[in-house]
Order: sequence, then C-alpha cells, then structure tokens
Amino acid sequence: MSNKDAYWNKTKNHMIVTLVLWAFFSLVIFMFGSELNTMSFLGYPLAYYMTAQGSLLAFVIILFWTANKQEKIDEEHGFSEREDD
Amino acid sequence: MFKGDFIQNLPKIYGTYTGGFIVFIILMALAEQAGVSAKNIGVMFVAFTVLIYALIGYLSRTIQVDAYYVAGRQVPTVFNGMATAADWMSGASFVALAGGVYFGGYTYMAFLVGWTGGYVLVATLMAPYLRKFGCYTVPDFIGTRYGGNLVRACAVFVLFIASFTYVTAQINATGTIASRALGIPFEAGVWVGLISILICSMLGGMRAVTWTQVAQYIVLIIAYLIPVFWISSNVGGGIFPHLMLGDEVARLGELEQQFGLVKNSAADMKAAGVPGGLKYISGSHSGVPEGGMAVWKYLSLAICMMVGTASLPHILMRYFTTPTVRAARKSVAWSLFFIFLLYSSAPMLATLSKLALMDPNLPTGIIGKSISEVQSIEWVQRWSEVKQVFIADFNGDGILQLNEWFMRGDVVVLATPEVAGLPFVISGLVFAGGMAAAMSTADGLVLAISNALSHDIYYKIINPKAETSKRLLVARVLLVIIGAAGAYIASFRLTSILGSVAWAFDFAMSGLFFPLVLGVWWKRATREGAIAGIIAGIVSGTLYLTWVFPKFSVPMWGGVNTPFLGIDHLRFGLIGAPICLVVMVVVSLMTKEPSPATQKLVDDTRIPTGKAILGKQH
Repeated sequence: MSNKDAYWNKTKNHMIVTLVLWAFFSLVIFMFGSELNTMSFLGYPLAYYMTAQGSLLAFVIILFWTANKQEKIDEEHGFSEREDD
Repeated sequence: MFKGDFIQNLPKIYGTYTGGFIVFIILMALAEQAGVSAKNIGVMFVAFTVLIYALIGYLSRTIQVDAYYVAGRQVPTVFNGMATAADWMSGASFVALAGGVYFGGYTYMAFLVGWTGGYVLVATLMAPYLRKFGCYTVPDFIGTRYGGNLVRACAVFVLFIASFTYVTAQINATGTIASRALGIPFEAGVWVGLISILICSMLGGMRAVTWTQVAQYIVLIIAYLIPVFWISSNVGGGIFPHLMLGDEVARLGELEQQFGLVKNSAADMKAAGVPGGLKYISGSHSGVPEGGMAVWKYLSLAICMMVGTASLPHILMRYFTTPTVRAARKSVAWSLFFIFLLYSSAPMLATLSKLALMDPNLPTGIIGKSISEVQSIEWVQRWSEVKQVFIADFNGDGILQLNEWFMRGDVVVLATPEVAGLPFVISGLVFAGGMAAAMSTADGLVLAISNALSHDIYYKIINPKAETSKRLLVARVLLVIIGAAGAYIASFRLTSILGSVAWAFDFAMSGLFFPLVLGVWWKRATREGAIAGIIAGIVSGTLYLTWVFPKFSVPMWGGVNTPFLGIDHLRFGLIGAPICLVVMVVVSLMTKEPSPATQKLVDDTRIPTGKAILGKQH
C-alpha cells in the first residue's frame, strides 16, 4: 500500500471516529431526553443543560481535538505543510 | 505607529479598535449622565460603528483577483474564526435567538444544537479539502471536480436560491434596526442598511468583508455579553449566569406549574386582535416533551440545520481565505468557539428574561398581577404603542395569566436591559450589536451570490477571455444589483411570505451537500451523477415545500396537507437530500467511471501538501 493510501485510510478512520462523537452529542443523547432530564448537572436538568450548553461545548472540544489529531496524521506521513506556507 | 506588514499587526490593530470601542461606550454612558437623550445615544452608536466599518471597507480596496475573491488567502486562523462567526450570526441570531428559546423552551433549542453541530461536518468533510482545491467559490469546486459548464451552472442555481432566501431576511433586519435606532421609516432604513453593506464590500470584495466582519464580531459579542452578565447580577442570578442559573431554571419549572401552560385557540387570539408575529409561552422551558414524535421532531430539525450548515456557500467560502489547509481546519474550531460564546448565552438571557417577568416575588414580575397595574408600567406602554407587546384578558378576570401576555421575540433582547433596570447606554449598545450582526451576514451572502455569478457564470462560462479589470467590474456591478434586489424585496416586507431563514438550510442541503461530500470522498462520482443529483434534490425538495407549506399548498395543490412523517416546511431538506444522494449514486454507477485525470485530481485534493488544483489566480 502506498504512503498516500495509508494516509487516506487513517484520515478516513479519523473522520469516522469524529462523526461518531458528533452523532453521540448531537443525536443519540437527545433520543433519551426525558430520561436524562431526571439527572442534573450544575443544578440544571441534564437534557436541558446539554441542549443549552453542553453539546455546544462538546462540539468546540471535538473540533480542536480532531484538528490536532489530523495534524499528527499529516506529520506521520510527511504531508505536513511548512510553517511559512 | 505599527512596524511590519498589516497581517503581523492584526492583534495590535484589533486590540486598539476594541479598546477604542470600550472608550466610546464609556463616553456614551457619560453623555447619558449629562442628559443626552436616549434617541441620540442610539443614533450615535449606530452611526459611529457603521462609519468605522465603511472606513475599513475603503482601506481594504483592491484590484487583485485573488484579494477580491479569497482575501489573498492570508487571513490568520483566529481572525478567520471571528470573521466566520460574524458571517454566521445573523441579525436573527442576535435579536431573535433568545426570543425563540424564551417562547419555545427545550423544543426550540434543537436549533442551538443544529446551528453549532454542523461545524463538525464542515471541518471533517469539507473545509480542508475545498481549501486545498484552491477554488474561489463553491460552484468553482463542483465545476472543476465534475467538469463542465452544466454542473457548474446547476451549483450556481442552488447557491442562488439558498443564499437569496437568506439575504432578504438579513437586509430586512438591517432595515428594522436602522429604522428603530435612527428614527426613520422602515423603507428608508432598508436602503440605509443596503448602502452600509455595499460600502463594506464593494471596493475590496472578500478582503474588505473579512476585515469588517472581524470588527463587527467584536462589536456584536460585546453588545451581547455585557447585558447578559449585567442583567444576571441585577436580578440575582449570579455573576456568571452560564454556570449559576440551575435554581432559576428549576424555579421556572415551578412557576410553569403554578400558572399552567395553556394553549390559546386561534379563534380566541383572532377575536382578541393579537397583532401578527406576537407569541406567548406555551412550551416548557426545560421539560422534555413526551413521546416518540417529539423526539423525532427535535432530531429531524437538528439534522436539517447541521447538514444545511455544512452546505451553505457563504460559510464554506470563508475557509478558502486561510493560508494553509491546516489553518482551515483550526479555523473551523475557532469559528465555533466564537459562535459558542453567543449561542450559549442566549438560553441564559431567555431564562433571566422569563424569570424577571414571571416571578411574582421579583419587582419586575408582571404575570399574576392585575392587568390595569401592568398596563401602567412605562416599558409596557412604550412597547405596546409599537405593537411589540399585547395583553388579551381571555378569561375576563382582570389578572394577567401566562397565556394572556403576548410579545414579539425580538423584545427579549431589545427590552430586557430596560426591564432589568439597566441604563439606556446598554440599549444603544444592543442596537449597534444587532446592526453589526445583520450587516456582517448580509455582506457575506451578497458577496457569495455575486462572486458565483461573476466568476462561475460570467468568467468561466460566458467570457473566459475577460481581463482582470473587467472581471472585477462585473463582480462589483453584480454586487450592487443583488444587494438592490434584496433590499427592494425586503422593503415590501415580504419575508413572511418568503418564509423562514431555515429554508436556506434546507435548499442548500437538498442540492449541495452530497455533491460536495461525494466530490471529495467518492472518486466514482461522475459528472452525470452530480447533475442528476443536484436537479433531483432541489426539485424534489422544492416541490415538497410547496406541498407541505399551507401558503403554497392551497393555491398549488388545492388544500392543506399533513406533513409526511412530521417533515414540515422547516425540514424539507430531509426529502431533498436523500433523493439527491440516491439519484447521484445510481446515475454515477450507471455512467462511465471518471477519467484518470479527474481521479488524480481527487487524490491531490485529499492530501494537504503540494500545489493547489486551481492556480493562485485563475
């Protein structure tokens, strides 16, 4: 397998992992809204907290994490851009 | 004053600008103390900020093609994040989002998840690859990847429908805010808004829009956050509302029980003469509605908004302006961070505002008091005069019930500072913030449309030999025409007929999402597949919209139809996008595999290094 193919496979897997996390915070937890709302976080009902703030924050964290991870994959395969590009 | 070039000095320049804006707020506060009228303070806030944007627009003028279309691809990560956040957060987000949460509670907050979660799709599926491709516009990618003028024209068509639906609402918002702040008629406000938008974008294209959007973000975020924190400490919510409103949310639940969430019948509301556009609280603030259908309604709305976000051209094109592919990825993360600052504050503002009006133990509470007493409150009188709030005593007991208090969504942001006893300088600041939010989005949209028409239709299809000066002239003329057309339609206040901002997301997702994603992720996708997919998606989505939306279905289909599987007019992308996918895959598999040259082009798009597919200037 060429370096390009190996790189693309890793990128693809990374994309899938990111989208699984995304689906969890955007869709899966809201399938169980009523159940989650019986629990509380910071004094807020949990489902309310997630839709008002928690999931939004999770997306921000996922985005920074995914960008850093992808940069590592770039480096491993020698596709990292020069600083001054 | 500054050494080195403009880009290196950005933090200093915008730092100075932010400091200057804060000094201006303090000066206005002093002016209020010295007896300057509230109206004049509003005028000064809007005039001062708009003049600054115009100055930035003028200083960013350019005669370079790549500066005009993609800001010379030198916008640093964090600044592009701010510009995207301003591009994204519209006048509607600024003035109406908190109102939406106020009335709709948990159910409405599917929009919050939808309008933020979409950025994960942008970052993983689209932005870095489109940046590597080196296109000037979104149709530029589709036209080059699939090859041919027809597919390019199809993409421009979808872009036009989606962005134009959105832009009239934005120009409408600029007009509303300009007319209120400057005390001029709405129709004049629309044209004042348009001129401000054009000054910011005409001379410098994307470069000018980028640097004004950064300035606008700073104004809008200051204008949103100061009141939220201040109101929170004024009504006893604590100094950091985001982490401290648990008790207040629980208290709202109790009050909802106490007052009861009653649904008014349409006939009652009509008989009482409730003005159009005013709403009352009918859904629980934090309670999750029971039943599978309620869950599906929440999820389907979130899906449409997320997938739509990842297909909106005026957002995707912001990531064409970063220096590298890596910067494009990081920039998406920064964009969402800056958006998060406002979006996570909107529910807090709604909570505070709701509590201030509902809690009988607070001096600001009005629900449960006698109607004559409420009608004598100064702010109630003022907002009633302009038909922004309304009281209807349905049960005739002379006491204001929760379902008898009507309000326009905007009032939550525009009047809560006043209700909570903040000085007028804050209301002036909120006007400036709303103006910044509406202008920045309108700028981005008008530019997205006119760039697609000038680059993809004029230069790539009609006149490929056109010289740079002529291309830029055409681009600017189109910018003025599109802006004027948007303002002309907005001045008729047709937005209630044109429908919701959500439609733009559904149009974009029906026609653009899968052609963009498969263009990068599926080498086998062919030109014929893309053309068939775009047409099938946008046509089926639009037909479904006319079928399901009562204002269209009665004349066209002879009656009101029940939404299929709960897919109403806000969610019609759920019909268009899957049809687009299926048609695109089937037709691609039936036609000949793309040429080796095209496959190589896709391979090159997938890796960050190496030359861009399209030249620096093309």
